[in-house]
Amino acid sequence: MISFKINGKDAKVDADPSTPLLWVIRDHLQLTGTKYGCGMAQCGACTVHLDGKAVRSCNTPVSAASGKQVTTIEGLAGTALGKTVQDAWLEVDVPQCGYCQSGQIMSAAALLKEHPHPGEAQISAAMDGNLCRCGTYNRIRSAIQMAAEMQGGTK
Amino acid sequence: MNDMTVQDPSRREFIKGSAALMGGLVIGFYLPMKGNRAFAAEPSVQAPKIYPPNAFIRIAPDDGITILVNKSEMGQGVYTSLPMLVAEELEADWSRIRVESAPVAAVYNHTAFGIQMTGGSTSVASSWDQMRRVGASARMMLVRAAALQWGVPQSECRAEMGQVIHAKSGRRLGYGALADAAAKLPLPVNVELKQPRDFKLIGKPTRRLDTPEKIDGTAQFGLDVHLPGMLTVLVARSPVFGGKVKRYDATEAIKVAGVQGAYQVPTGVAVAANGFWPAKIARDLLEIEWDEGPGAALSTPKMREEYLALAKKPGAVARKEGDAAQGIKDAHKTVSAEYEVPYLAHATMEPLNVVVDLKHDRCEIWTGTQFQTVDRDMAARVVGLKPEQVEIHTTFLGGGFGRRANPQSDFVVEAVQVARAMKAANKTAPVKVVWTREDDMRGGYYRPMWVDHIEAGIAKDGKPVAWKHTLVGQSIMEGSPFAAMMIKDGVDVTSVEGAATLPYMIPNVRVDLHSPKHVVPVQWWRSVGHSHTAFIVETMVDELAHLANRDPVAYRLDILPADSRYRGALKLAAKKAGWGKKKLPKGHAHGVAVHKSFDSYVAQIAEVSLANGKIRVHRVVAAVDCGMVVNPDGVRQQVEGGMVYGLSAALHGAITLENGRVQQSNFDSYAPLRFSEMPEVEVHIVESSEPPTGIGEPGTPPIAPAVANAVYALTGKRLRRMPFDREAHV
Repeated sequence: MISFKINGKDAKVDADPSTPLLWVIRDHLQLTGTKYGCGMAQCGACTVHLDGKAVRSCNTPVSAASGKQVTTIEGLAGTALGKTVQDAWLEVDVPQCGYCQSGQIMSAAALLKEHPHPGEAQISAAMDGNLCRCGTYNRIRSAIQMAAEMQGGTK
Repeated sequence: MNDMTVQDPSRREFIKGSAALMGGLVIGFYLPMKGNRAFAAEPSVQAPKIYPPNAFIRIAPDDGITILVNKSEMGQGVYTSLPMLVAEELEADWSRIRVESAPVAAVYNHTAFGIQMTGGSTSVASSWDQMRRVGASARMMLVRAAALQWGVPQSECRAEMGQVIHAKSGRRLGYGALADAAAKLPLPVNVELKQPRDFKLIGKPTRRLDTPEKIDGTAQFGLDVHLPGMLTVLVARSPVFGGKVKRYDATEAIKVAGVQGAYQVPTGVAVAANGFWPAKIARDLLEIEWDEGPGAALSTPKMREEYLALAKKPGAVARKEGDAAQGIKDAHKTVSAEYEVPYLAHATMEPLNVVVDLKHDRCEIWTGTQFQTVDRDMAARVVGLKPEQVEIHTTFLGGGFGRRANPQSDFVVEAVQVARAMKAANKTAPVKVVWTREDDMRGGYYRPMWVDHIEAGIAKDGKPVAWKHTLVGQSIMEGSPFAAMMIKDGVDVTSVEGAATLPYMIPNVRVDLHSPKHVVPVQWWRSVGHSHTAFIVETMVDELAHLANRDPVAYRLDILPADSRYRGALKLAAKKAGWGKKKLPKGHAHGVAVHKSFDSYVAQIAEVSLANGKIRVHRVVAAVDCGMVVNPDGVRQQVEGGMVYGLSAALHGAITLENGRVQQSNFDSYAPLRFSEMPEVEVHIVESSEPPTGIGEPGTPPIAPAVANAVYALTGKRLRRMPFDREAHV
């Protein structure tokens, strides 16, 4: 049994410790907002927060989450910053097919937590690991900048 | 879209019953009982208190309106644009509109293609009249119902924001209160549609209706479907196209905790487990001996040689005007070049997957598909059921780009074969067949590899006089159910689209096609034939402009017919980009291309620089003429997104073969454009009163030639092979 907190709730799962966190989240806990895209940390669709830091859950063994806090897209609105990022995403109307967007939003939220007012280069560096085949990158950039502004307003 | 997993038998029965009764009305507006009577009165169907129960609109007592969309949402925005068409004529309150995916029934067939499908950038164009008529018919019935209830002439009533209003008496009723009565009225015969000047929604930038669920993780893609007791299945497929299992040993695989069994299927060996991870571990432990067949001899360099040799020979004639060979002999200056473009995988962000629940008398399927009718009929054949015993639930598609419209229904057929094999072994659980990224990328159905040869000549005045283009590549229609329709006199029209349709005024033109056959499965890929022909035609035209010492934009305008719609897009892009006027930073250059596809015209101007031989695209200015625009914001998304898809391929994309094996497997070896490579993008729309045309694909073709032409402007070197990152540029 491996125990951790997910979106503020206790989770106990009976899984091989080497099982990627992604499949525990999706198959054991049935939280399907976190997506499978590549299985080797190439696309970022599976991004979640582990103790507040963005990680690729597809190559993070569930054992690494033991005793820690996991946040997925389903729990992101639980923080003011997470809600702000989602609001900005809605305002800019970012998604097209939408499949990569959970991961994009999780990466963006982690970036803004560390750098409340990120520069162009910081945004590029933080988001370069998140692929989007629909080509929403410019809207993602706008949404991150908007979220930074919105956050600034309430500071 | 929660209702995709929720069982709703009443709705299902209604749709089935209605399909059987009516067989589809011409306008698509549709009531499910004989004599145009609503099914509210039908005693056998009790359930939904939601009226009127026609195929596309349901109005709830609380005035909420559900629009059933018969096109698949794969990012292109149909869950917004089609409801806009309905809501415009319905005079609905847009804030009360929600969307549900239509089930599979004849009434939902594509108005032009006669099957239920999404593709060819046709959703808005083919639904433009239909969906507005649906909305207008419903509005007329609601108005009539109100007039009857109030005992006033219908002409004194009008509809506005989801209500019918009788101004004289100040009475008003919401659609929810009228829907029941309206549903019992006969369908209106003469339906008048609004004039464009009266549009309230159409033409206004409108936010997507599917955004909220795509930012909080609740949107359901195929991969997210979960049924009680469901098993996850991974299939070990042949490493070579066309290979078959000779023998296999699953001893070690089935020892993995959570694994339920291994089953041979026509495409390989399937492993079923409680979840993806045990299935993946077990699949990797299978020992399989393959009969690889002739596919094992295939390699990209060998195919390239074969294609290069064919490109020098006459093929099936796709276009012939004048005498191209003589024209080239008589030309003042000539140029001759060979081009190569590789196989391309669609690489949708969501890998392929299908959920199947197979029972003895019915089969339910959940998947993100663009091809409902074909999938249903193919699945029915596999399990020996009638098509009406197969039900397909269309989820959101995590990208489609053509891959999810497979004429052989490859991923659906295989999943149903898995369910059949398991059922035969008395394992009756629902199954979710998941393709890993590697499976998806190596699974074939690629954009074909092409080798082209062009000879062209200009006269003394610089105008082109002869154009001889030979194309070599597999036909995507050959062997598909559409072959008879799409292949004429040996020419697959999708192979030569954009090449045989060369728009420039050239007196001597010949376009030849060779369609070699190989076991590598090929398919349409965003913009289909245009994905390769635009690159070749638009770089060669650029070359002719330089040969004639002319400005590439001015040259194109000179040799396009005076009434050509290409001109509007080209001029607008040139103006907005500051073509020939804007001072670009040192080391930057502009390149231009214009191309028509899916009846829309897109010009793109790319601003490019080179650093250490690497191409950097800084900015792309696009102009599009797609007729009247339903949602300008959606058009901008599609032209920008289509361009990015084309730019990924132009810079990085290639699927290659060695000993029949695909050499790429994941995003490390098949690299889509990343965030840090993204150019700034402007999309400008040409004002038009023409009917709407395609928008999902036309943004893709022009970017490769625009970038290649910019690189030429910088270096004097012509790029003739894609992807460009394989070439040395400095």
